[in-house]
Amino acid sequence: MSDTETTNGSTEAVTGVPFTLNGSQAYAHEGELLIEAAERHGVHIPRFCHHKRMEPVGMCRMCLVDVDAGRGPGLQPSCMVPVTPDMVVDTESPNSVSAQDGVLELLLANHPLDCPVCDKGGECPLQDNAYAFGPGESRFVEEKRHYEKPIPISDLVYLDRERCILCDRCTRFADEVAGDPLIHFIDRGSATQVNTFPDDPFSSYFSGNTVQICPVGALTASPYRFKARPWDLSAAESTATVDAVGSRVVLQSSRREIVRILGVDSDAVNWGWLSDKERFSYEAAKSADRITEPQIQTEDGDFVSARWSEATDRFVEAIADVDPRRIAVIGGARLSLESQYAWAKLVKSVIKTDNVDCQLGDGLPGPMALGLPRTTIDGACTPGGVVVLLGADPKEVAPTLYLRLRHAIRHDNVTLVEITPRPSGLAHLATASLHPVPGNVGAVLSAVAGEPGSDHGAGVPAEQLQQVRDLLTAGGRPVTVVVGRGNLAESPRYAADAVGTLQSLVPDARFLPMLRRGNVLGALEMGLSPGFLPGGVRRGGGTVDGWEELPQFDGRDTDGILRAAASEKIDTLILLGADPLNDFAYRSHVEEAFANIKNIVAVDTFLTASSKRASVILPAAMSGEHDGTFMNLEGRLSPLRAKVPVPGQVRPDWMIAAGIMNRLGPPSSFRTLVELRQEMAAAVGSLRDVSWNEVDDGADGPLASLERNWVLEFDDPVPPPSSTSTGLRLMVDNKLWDNGTMVTQSDSLSGLVEDAVLRLSPSDARRLNLTEADTAEVDREGVSVSVPVAVEANLPAGVAWMSIRANGFDARELISTDRTVTNLQIRAGRGGQE
Amino acid sequence: MATNAYVPHAAGYVDNEGPKVVTANFADPESFTLPRYVTSGGYSGLRRALEMEPADVAAEVKDAVLLGRGGAGFPAGVKWGFMPPVWPRYLVVNGDESEPGTYKDRLLMERDPHQLIEGCVITCYALGLNTCFLYVRGEMALAQERIAAALNDAYKSQYVGSNILGTDVSIDIVLTWGAGAYIVGEETALIESLEGNRGMPRLKPPYFPAAKGLYMKPTIVNNVETLANLPWILRNGAAEYKEMGSERSPGTRLVAVSGHVKRPGVYEIEQGKVTFRDLFYGENFCQGIRDDNELKMFIPGGGSAPWFFSEQLDLPLEASEIGPAGSMLGSGAIVVMDETTDAVKACHRVVRFFARESCGKCSPCREGTSWEEKILERFLDGKARMADIDLLAAVGSKISPSPYPAAAWEEEGLEAVPFPPRQTTICPLGPSSVAPITSALRRFRHEFEAKVVLDDADEENVDALAAAADATPVALGGAQ
Repeated sequence: MSDTETTNGSTEAVTGVPFTLNGSQAYAHEGELLIEAAERHGVHIPRFCHHKRMEPVGMCRMCLVDVDAGRGPGLQPSCMVPVTPDMVVDTESPNSVSAQDGVLELLLANHPLDCPVCDKGGECPLQDNAYAFGPGESRFVEEKRHYEKPIPISDLVYLDRERCILCDRCTRFADEVAGDPLIHFIDRGSATQVNTFPDDPFSSYFSGNTVQICPVGALTASPYRFKARPWDLSAAESTATVDAVGSRVVLQSSRREIVRILGVDSDAVNWGWLSDKERFSYEAAKSADRITEPQIQTEDGDFVSARWSEATDRFVEAIADVDPRRIAVIGGARLSLESQYAWAKLVKSVIKTDNVDCQLGDGLPGPMALGLPRTTIDGACTPGGVVVLLGADPKEVAPTLYLRLRHAIRHDNVTLVEITPRPSGLAHLATASLHPVPGNVGAVLSAVAGEPGSDHGAGVPAEQLQQVRDLLTAGGRPVTVVVGRGNLAESPRYAADAVGTLQSLVPDARFLPMLRRGNVLGALEMGLSPGFLPGGVRRGGGTVDGWEELPQFDGRDTDGILRAAASEKIDTLILLGADPLNDFAYRSHVEEAFANIKNIVAVDTFLTASSKRASVILPAAMSGEHDGTFMNLEGRLSPLRAKVPVPGQVRPDWMIAAGIMNRLGPPSSFRTLVELRQEMAAAVGSLRDVSWNEVDDGADGPLASLERNWVLEFDDPVPPPSSTSTGLRLMVDNKLWDNGTMVTQSDSLSGLVEDAVLRLSPSDARRLNLTEADTAEVDREGVSVSVPVAVEANLPAGVAWMSIRANGFDARELISTDRTVTNLQIRAGRGGQE
Repeated sequence: MATNAYVPHAAGYVDNEGPKVVTANFADPESFTLPRYVTSGGYSGLRRALEMEPADVAAEVKDAVLLGRGGAGFPAGVKWGFMPPVWPRYLVVNGDESEPGTYKDRLLMERDPHQLIEGCVITCYALGLNTCFLYVRGEMALAQERIAAALNDAYKSQYVGSNILGTDVSIDIVLTWGAGAYIVGEETALIESLEGNRGMPRLKPPYFPAAKGLYMKPTIVNNVETLANLPWILRNGAAEYKEMGSERSPGTRLVAVSGHVKRPGVYEIEQGKVTFRDLFYGENFCQGIRDDNELKMFIPGGGSAPWFFSEQLDLPLEASEIGPAGSMLGSGAIVVMDETTDAVKACHRVVRFFARESCGKCSPCREGTSWEEKILERFLDGKARMADIDLLAAVGSKISPSPYPAAAWEEEGLEAVPFPPRQTTICPLGPSSVAPITSALRRFRHEFEAKVVLDDADEENVDALAAAADATPVALGGAQ
C-alpha cells in the first residue's frame, strides 16, 4: 500500500512537477504555467493580459511574483514561466506585493475614474484588482490621456481608448483565435492605442468575444451598452440555439428581459467563444414582430388574436381526420429535445404520418446524418489528426466549430484537407485544397480513390489527387470528415456519392455532420425525419414504448413534400417553426406548393413569409423562455433554460403538442415537462443511458449513444453532369449574416446582411468583360435577369457564387430545379464595359 | 562603379593614430567600393575561412574573445555555441543603431560595407547556415545605399550567393530597412520587426533567440561592429588579435564621443588601454572640454547608462572595469557635459527619449516613463512641488525596483538603486529611463530643489496644478 492511497481505496498518485508555493509543497503539470498551477492550488495571482485560451504575452506585468529557480529570487511574470522542479515561488513577498502595487498605480494613472457610468463597473477586473492589490490612492497629478470616446470599431463594438489598459487580449483574440487581425496597436509609448486599420472596420463574426474578455470597460457591445448594471443581472447557464454547435452560454437578464449573453468555457465545445450571432440574436425575442397570442386568419386575409382554446380547435380541425398520406410536417429544429419528442409522438403516433422533415434540403439526407460513424469536436481536433472539410464552410455554418478547428490546425498539428466548392474560411490553413466544379465532387472523390497516376478525367492533376490520397490513407492518424451541404444549386446526390466514396476509401474515418439550424440533430434523433422513429430506429425496424400506432408508409422529405403539395398529393401542411418560402432553395417549387395546398397551420414565433399563409398560428416560446435539452452536432446533451417568462400567451412547443393530442385522441401521456422527459428518456434508446444530472450540471454534458442497429447504404454513384455548356456553374450557399428570422428580427444584426452579388473569379470576370460593381445579364432557361457582380480573388474559374437570402436579388431565382447543376449564361449588362 | 565621394557628417571618424582593425580602410575615400576593398586585402579572410572547417572558424573566433559590441559585451564565440543543432537557422545582423549618441555602425556601413558583408559570410559559414538578414536602421539613407550597392557587387563577384568563390558553400544575405523605432535595436523586437510584426520585445525565456528566434528557429543576432572584426581576425589570426587591447577585452573598439568636447567623433581605441581622461583630454582624441570648461558629468555608454563624473575619469574604457564602477560601456556612445549643463534639463532630455521610444508593451514602461517625463517637465516649467522629487524616484522604482524593502531603501538613500537594474518589464528600455534620474538625483538633488516652486501642503496649488495642466497653455509660473 502506498501512502497515496485515499480512504475510498482508489489510488491517486501525487504526480507532477514539485515546487514550493508560498511555503507549501505544490505540484504542477508538465509545462504548466505558474499562474495556472497556482490557481489550481487556490492561490490567485492578479492578471489582466493572461487568458488561458490564448498564447501568453507577458504584457500587463500584473502577475509578477518572486520566483527562485535556483539563482535567487527575482520578479518573473507568472503567466509566462512554466513551473520547473523545485522552483520556490512567493506570491506574497514584499517584492511581489510592491510590484503588484506598482503596476496597478501605473495602470490607474491614466485610467479615467468613470466607474459609476462605466458598463464594466461592478464586474471589472481592474476595479477588483485595484481593491485587492492596489495602492488605494493615486499620486498622479498630471493631466490624463484623452481620446475621442468612444469610437465604433465595428457595427457592434465600441472602443473607449481612455479606459483601455492595453492588455493585448482583444488584439490577440482577433489575430490568434478568430483569424481576423483587423485591430492592432498603433503609435507607441504613452500614445499606444488599439485601433482598426483606417479603411477596415473590425468586421469579424467573433467581435463580441473581445468585449467579453476585455478586463476593463474599453470595449462595449452596442446591444448591451447602458442597458443594465452587473449587480442587477440574474443569470442562468444555457445553450446557444442559433446553430448546431450548441455553444455553452450564460443568459443574463434584467427586468425580465435577456440583455446579454456570455460564452461559457466548456472544454468539449466552445471554449468560451461565441459567434456574434449566438451572442446578440437574443434581441429577436424582444422584436415588435413577435407573435405573443394565437392568431387566426380571417376571410380577408388579416390575422386576429384568438384564445388558445379557439385557435387550438381551429388547428385540430385542419389536421383531424386527414389521410396520413395527405398531411405533412416541415420543421422542428428550433424546438427543445423534449418538445421534439412530443411533436414526433403527435405526428407519427397520433396523426400517423411519416411525411415529416426537420431539414429544408440544406443539410444531409436523414439516413446519412443519423447513420454515419460519428465523432466529437474533440475527436476531430485530436492532435496529429486529419480533418477533411467536405462541402460546407464551418465559418459560415458553425462558427465556433471553425474556431476549434482553426486552433487544432494551428497548434495541434492537425492537417486540413479541403474539398469544397469554393475556398472555405480555413483555406489558407489547408494542406491540400480541391475545389470541384459543382456536380463534380463525387467524380473527384472517385478519382482520389482510383488508381494512382491518372487524373481519371476529374479535372484535377494526378499529383494533387495523389497528395490527398496519401493524406487520407497514411494510416496512424485519425481521419475526421466534417461534412455539410456546400452548394444548394446542385443535386445533393453528388455530395452523398462523395461521402460514400470517402467512407470506402478510409473505412476508419469518422464523421461530424455539420447541419444547419440549432437542435437539428435532436429533431432527427427524435424522429422528425421521414423513415425514422425516435432513437434513430428505422421505420419498420422497431417500435417505441408507449406509442400505440405508427405510420404505415414511408414518408417524404421536404423536397418531396413540396413537390407532392404542388401536384396536389398533399393538402394539409403543418409548419413547425419553418419558413420554406424564405428558406427552401427551389423557390418555384415552394411557391407552387403553397399555391396549391388546401390548408396550412403553423406553430411559430414570428409572422414569416410562410406562416402568413397559415389559417392559424400558435405562438411558441423562444430560446431563453423555456426549459429543456439541446443535442448538438456531436450528440452532446446540454440544458436549455428559461431565464425570462414567456411574453403574452406564448407556450413552449411541447405544451402545444400536448394540447393538440388532448383534442385529437386519448389525453396526452405527459402533463409536465418532468413527466415528458421521463417518458422520452425511457422511450428513446439513444437516451436510455444518459445521466440527466450530468446534463443539468452545466459541465461538458454527456453524449447520447448514437450507435445504430442498421448499416448506412449508399446508392450507386451518379455520373457527373455532362459539360456541354459553356456557361458558369452556379454555387449558392449560406453566409452567417443572412435574412433569416433571427438576424432580421435582431436590430443590431439586421444591418450586417450583405447585398446580393454574383461573385466571379478574376479570370471569368475578365473574359466576360465584367468588373466589380457591374451588372451582369444572366440567362436561365430563357429568362434574362440582371444581377450585380463582384470579383472574388480566390474563387476557382468556372464557378459563379451567390449567397442565399442576401439583400436585394434572390439567388434562388437562378437555381435550376430540374437539373442536377445550374449552368448560367452570363454577359455584361448595363454598366458593363461593352 | 560608384564614385560619389564620402560626405563628411558633423561628427565623423577621427583617426587617432592607434592600431586599427575595423577602420583600417577609412583613410581611403573610395573604401566602400569592391575593387578598393579587395586591393586592401578584402575577402582574403573569407578565403581563409572557406579553407577551414566551419567548427575551426568558430573556434578561432571564440579564441579571439571577440566581445559583442552591441551593448551587452557578451563573447560572440560563446553566443554562437548556444545554437542547438536545428536547421533552418538564421543569422540576423543588428544594424538598427539608435542609442542616443551612437553612430559607429553607421560609419562602418557607409565607409566599409564590404567588411561587414565579409564578416556576415564568415559567420554564416562558421555556423553552418545559409541565410543572413541584415537589418539596417530606416533613417540611414547613405548606409542603405552603400550596403545595397556593395551587396550587389559582392553577389556579382561570387562573394555572396551560390557557390561562393567556387566552393559548394551558398549563402544569401537579405537586406531589410527598419521603420524608425529605437526598441527594434533590442534583439527580440528586431526579430518581431523582421517577421513583419510590430517591433515589441519578446520575453526571455522562453524566446532566447539562439533557441527560438526568427520564425521560432535558432537565430544568432550580432551587432554590425562585432561582425566587422571577423575579416581581420580570420586574416591575421586570434593570437595577433589578442595582442591588442586588454586580456579580458582583446582588440579594439569604436567609441562615439559627442557633447561638450573640442573634437567629437568616432575613435577606434584599444580596449582597456585608454582612460576617459585620455579620451576627453588627449591630443590624439577629443582635445579637451569646450571653452576649457570644467567637466560636469558624462554618459559612458549610451542614454541607458548611469552617469559618471570627474572621479571616474581615470577608469579605462573596458566593460569589465566600468561595470563594477556602476555603469556600462554599452555601445560606446559617450556624451560629455560641461559645467554649464542644467542637470534637470539633461535628465529630462534623456527621459523624454525613452518615454517616446517605449514600445507600449509593458505597463510599467509605457505608463512610468511618460509619467517621469511629465514630472520632469513640471520642474522645467516651474510647476514642481518638493514632493515631486521623491515621487520621481518612486515612479522609477516601479519600473526598476530596488532589491531592498522600501524602508531600508529610504534609510540607505537613493544610492541603493543598483546597476545593472532590476526590471518589472520585459526589456531594459523602461529601466533605462531610471538611470539618468537616479544619477541626477544622487548628485544634483539641489538643482531639483532649486526648481521647486509649489508648496507640498498647499492643496490649492496642487489643484491649480491640475487645472493648469488641463488648460495648457495657461502659465503657472514663479509668481505663484
